[in-house]
Amino acid sequence: MGLFILRRVAMMIVTALCLTYIVFFMTNLYPNLEKLAKSQGNFRMSDEAVASYLGDRGYLEPTPIKYAQWLGLLPGYKTVRDDGTIVGKCARPGVAPEDTPRFCGVLQGDWGFSTVSKEPVADVLGKRLANTGKLMFWVMVVMVPSALIIGVLAGMREGSGTDRSLSTISILSTATPEYVSGVIFIALLASTRYGLGPILHDAGIIEAKALFKGTAKSAMDDANLRNFTLPVLTVALYGMGYIARMTRASMAEVMTAQYIRTARLKGVSFRNIVMKHALRNALIAPFTVIMLQFPWLLNGVVIVETLFSYSGFGWQLVNAAGNNDIEMLLAVSVVSVAVVLVTQLISDIGYVYLNPRIRIS
Amino acid sequence: MEPLTWTGSLGALLNPVFQGLAMIFIVAVALQILASFIFRAAPVTTNADGTLTSGNGPIEMITKVSKYSLYGLLGLCLIFLLAGIVMPFGKAGIIGAVSARLAPVWLALFVTFTLSMVYKRKLGLYGKLFDSLIGMIGFGLVMFWVYTAVFTGVFDMIATHDSLAQLSGMKNKLPGTPVRGADPETCGHACWYLLGGDNLARDVFSRMVDGSWIVVRIAPLATLFAFMVGITLGLPAGYFGGKLDTLLSFLANLILAFPVILLFYLLVTPEIVATGIPSFMAMVLFIFPIIFVAVLINSRYYTRPRLRTPLLAGILAVLVWIYLSLISAPGTVLAFLPESLDLFNIPGGILVVFVSVVFVNAPTVFRIVRGLTLDIQTRDYVAAAQTRGEGPWYIMLWEILPNARGPLIVDFCLRIGYTTILLGTLGFFGLGLPPESPDWGTTINDGRKLLSIYPHPALVPAFALLSMVLGLNLLADGLREESLRD
Repeated sequence: MGLFILRRVAMMIVTALCLTYIVFFMTNLYPNLEKLAKSQGNFRMSDEAVASYLGDRGYLEPTPIKYAQWLGLLPGYKTVRDDGTIVGKCARPGVAPEDTPRFCGVLQGDWGFSTVSKEPVADVLGKRLANTGKLMFWVMVVMVPSALIIGVLAGMREGSGTDRSLSTISILSTATPEYVSGVIFIALLASTRYGLGPILHDAGIIEAKALFKGTAKSAMDDANLRNFTLPVLTVALYGMGYIARMTRASMAEVMTAQYIRTARLKGVSFRNIVMKHALRNALIAPFTVIMLQFPWLLNGVVIVETLFSYSGFGWQLVNAAGNNDIEMLLAVSVVSVAVVLVTQLISDIGYVYLNPRIRIS
Repeated sequence: MEPLTWTGSLGALLNPVFQGLAMIFIVAVALQILASFIFRAAPVTTNADGTLTSGNGPIEMITKVSKYSLYGLLGLCLIFLLAGIVMPFGKAGIIGAVSARLAPVWLALFVTFTLSMVYKRKLGLYGKLFDSLIGMIGFGLVMFWVYTAVFTGVFDMIATHDSLAQLSGMKNKLPGTPVRGADPETCGHACWYLLGGDNLARDVFSRMVDGSWIVVRIAPLATLFAFMVGITLGLPAGYFGGKLDTLLSFLANLILAFPVILLFYLLVTPEIVATGIPSFMAMVLFIFPIIFVAVLINSRYYTRPRLRTPLLAGILAVLVWIYLSLISAPGTVLAFLPESLDLFNIPGGILVVFVSVVFVNAPTVFRIVRGLTLDIQTRDYVAAAQTRGEGPWYIMLWEILPNARGPLIVDFCLRIGYTTILLGTLGFFGLGLPPESPDWGTTINDGRKLLSIYPHPALVPAFALLSMVLGLNLLADGLREESLRD
């Protein structure tokens, strides 16, 4: 088991290195660098000015060398100007030239400097990740129990009316991408003119004109039911259908097993069969599925955070990609690769522990 | 002119009936779910002549109510749609007018379903689809959009206005608003903005049907290309195993570990397009179908060189010519083909979108094909072919692939839906396609800025996309059920 985990971790590091190198290469293509220089300097820069801006800061070195600098294997590029100030990879505003370190890479714990928000990447991304963590926590709280309940209820009596209606609901939810469900939710539940809000307001049930808020900006500091329900619901809905269908399939399979028939013949009540005999075995498959859903949720998070303007990790990704904020993008891709691979690892290990029939030698 | 209401002159009579039935249906369905926990199903009694009589308990009563109210609702919907075709344009309200515009689609659907139902026993898996209700609903939804797209894009029939035309005074107008200054005598079907105007005063209905043409053209084709790439690489990876398998699996996992949206941002921004990376990727990805076809034909006919050589040469010549004109476009890095030989040029944005969607989908297909190959290659008929001395490519393409078709067809349907979602995502982030393009993702993105005040410009494409993806999912479900039944 230890060797298995070790091999997987080594594989993870290799994958992360390859991916960051690809991101590094793409973001360091000359047109992208030109855009970066122009957005940092000014938009009417001449080609020579762009070239000297980029050259001073070490952007025009060969890509592998720049990549090694980012990793912290090579000393950061720097140019000492005539007036003694330093520009380059490791230079930070407000840091004296003599205090500027020689190495400033990931290995030294320095994730770089965001050219858009003018702050160290680690600080910005930390805040964003905390926001997204809050969102994901509530998504999980909503999504997992409801998906499992729907799946178990549907799979309990395969082919019954309950099964058919719940299965239709879960197919519908897998067919609704976040940008569609989000738009429908906002139009029906967060509009002051249409949908449920005005009706309830006229009936005197709610104080405000709309049931929920269409943006989650205020939810970053103070999340409440009004501003956080819609984003959470939107992300949860897309993943829910898939998990519910997996749970249903697994539950339906377990319900046809021999030991369930034995329990029935013994005269155990249906409720006890489901709760005591079937449920535990039926929940092994959904566990892996829930874990493997994380990467997909990441996608949903990007869309939802953009739609509801909630400054989290996904919003940061869009922002960094739109402005070619190179070091921010690299950090973002490291985080998302780590999420994907770690959840894969957890799902493999968890599967082995939950299912005694599988052993990795 | 008067603005149209939703149901026009039918509304006074039928709307209350419709609302009443809808209420009954919703209550009945909720009761049905509740009742299934409280009551037991009434026992079925066996009669003396061998027939069965269903019991008559509370569950059966509620089921009956929900069933008949659903039939009533569907019947009313049918009346609304048919009345729109029969009554003069606009008299039957917005629903009637939209239905009248879609008349060719209804006709085509009717013909397709009648013919398929009549000959369903002779049509193989496709015919079996008509045994399952879910599959039929899914197929109906998908074909609805396919026919809408074809009639709009090829015959220019359904749209009421030019999807790019901005008419003054129609900005953010509600559905059914008459076009300002239109002459009631002569305007005909262009009298109204049937589903309203968007924030640039364009017709939402026409943009929606025009958008379907973009989606229906790109999504299945991109999925097909992804399948070609996935199959061409997945079969040898699963069959030969070893280093090739390790390398290809690593690459596939690498692409799969990328967040899709980051990948899109890296591939589709104008700066990257200027470097020509998407064109080079197109060059690599589009070569796989040629390899696939060439190997397919060669492995089948290599024992008959007199047939094989002219056949292969002919097909390859055509394919290579198409390939060259596909990747060579003036204004990009790959503009080598003289204009007289260039068959067609794909508009810049579309090719980039196409390539990135294929690129994202191919690794998943690769994994599925590889898994299926690993499974099937242990079968006896593969061993028999090996004993006969067949080459590895013959076994892969003519023994393994045909036997893997069931899961692949199901996944193909699901994947078209997923590709549609991906295309929408691209549009939603404003990547690739031009900002005035009528495709659904871009229009949703356009409409979301004023969503809480004017919801219709975003809701219409949102529901369009939803129904198409739902149709594909239901179709895949029906196919899976029917192919498992064999």
